[in-house]
Amino acid sequence: MLRQAPRFLLRRASAAAMRWSRPFSTDLPAETAGDSKFVDAWKKLIPNIDPPKTPSAYMAPRPPTPSTIPSKLTVNLVLPYDSVLSAKEVDMVIVPAATGQMGVLPGHVATITELKPGILSVHEGNDITKYFLSGGFAFVHANSIADIIAIEATPVDRIDQNLVQKGLAEFQQKLHSASTDVEKAEAQIGIDVYSALNAALTG
Amino acid sequence: MAMAALRREGRRMAAPLITPHPINPLRSSLASSDREHTLLGVRSISTQVVRNRMKSVRNIQKITKAMKMVAASKLRAIQTKAENSRGLWQPFTALLGDTPSVDVKKNVIVTISSDKGLCGGINSTSVKISRGLHKLNAGPEKECKYVILGEKAKAQLVRDSKKDIELAFTELQKNPLNYTQVAVLADDILKNVEYDALRIVFNKFQSVVAFVPTTSTVLSPEVVEREAEAGGKLGELDSYEIEGGETKSEVLQNLTEFQFSCVMFNAMLENACSEQGARMSAMDSSSRNAGDMLDRLTLTYNRTRQASITTELIEIISGASALEG
Repeated sequence: MLRQAPRFLLRRASAAAMRWSRPFSTDLPAETAGDSKFVDAWKKLIPNIDPPKTPSAYMAPRPPTPSTIPSKLTVNLVLPYDSVLSAKEVDMVIVPAATGQMGVLPGHVATITELKPGILSVHEGNDITKYFLSGGFAFVHANSIADIIAIEATPVDRIDQNLVQKGLAEFQQKLHSASTDVEKAEAQIGIDVYSALNAALTG
Repeated sequence: MAMAALRREGRRMAAPLITPHPINPLRSSLASSDREHTLLGVRSISTQVVRNRMKSVRNIQKITKAMKMVAASKLRAIQTKAENSRGLWQPFTALLGDTPSVDVKKNVIVTISSDKGLCGGINSTSVKISRGLHKLNAGPEKECKYVILGEKAKAQLVRDSKKDIELAFTELQKNPLNYTQVAVLADDILKNVEYDALRIVFNKFQSVVAFVPTTSTVLSPEVVEREAEAGGKLGELDSYEIEGGETKSEVLQNLTEFQFSCVMFNAMLENACSEQGARMSAMDSSSRNAGDMLDRLTLTYNRTRQASITTELIEIISGASALEG
């Protein structure tokens, strides 16, 4: 909370507030450069209305890349209806990337990867937590922060084996009886997800 | 029945009024009630008008109170959803940065508003900001189109920017908002609209009384590549290794589409919260207003009533004294 305060104070540009901007000057320029350009252009053209806020005003700035590799990886797992993990410090995560299972350790090279339905395992000391992800994206930043954005993530112990078998059979049926490309693609997606679920339960 | 009641009241008040003193202060009210009586022609029915008005104001007060309760319960339901979805857009902004001042040829402004009214000024604010963005991004060789979600913004923007409206969606809140619905909507928009930059305008829910107009910018994959090459905020994008998918541009396209649907989901939830919160405060001030009006009308009613009683008495008394002397 306090880290955002200097940015707001800076915008007000009061002489007293300038004192506060010093300690955080490494964070500020990247965030406010684009914003101030927007704010200035707005103020020139539309002086009567306050400019709208932009998302970076609501977000804490990310830490810069450290010079040494940190010992822990910070993981954020977000879903549309919940943030399952937010800023959790772990040793390793294994994400189900489209090219296969990918392990991410602290100091991993910056990557953007698409995810396919599969298991995400979070390793913290001796605990391993497994979630079944429906698909999404994973970003690994150079400062050892991993963002995983998925549509659904359920712990593996909540998945019902019978329903998985039924679903797999159903979609295989649909693929056989599919006529158009769209139907074939939909059936194929269903089969992919259910096979991954099956593999998650057995493997 | 009214006459009998007044006569009864008259008999009760007759004793003190027979003394000469109270007549003077009553004269002014007498005169005014005389005027009212001569205007309306009939005696005690002048209270009827005020009574009708009081009944309708009381009904309005009840209705607005009920609407406030309904809005409060809807807000409770949707507020947790909106707060949980706030983590969704943050990774994208962390990766791709926030670029509201990007200079592109094809801008599309997605305005999110409500379908129902009586929610204060949030829809007008969104429309004003959208118009401002339109003005900011207008220029030679640049075009700026609108995609409108919600009846209220459509009604306002159709008036002067009809040719710029590309798509309009209404009745989005018939079923509770969920990600699948928004993903389908986002898909619709992306398929039918050519864009270089999408600017989503909505009201962010800060608290029950504070709604901040906000705009989020989502760039198309080509613009992302261009900005990455140009440097600046997106300059670091090239340092990221791209995995999955055949080519970098395919992954970037999936990324931007996913970003759009995530940002839209959060924006729609926040706007829905703001709508309910604004409706709560609008209905609250309306009930308070109705309460004030009711107080004033009650005073007028009592004055009218007392004046007509006094007139009745004066007539009786003057009639009686005329008979005697």
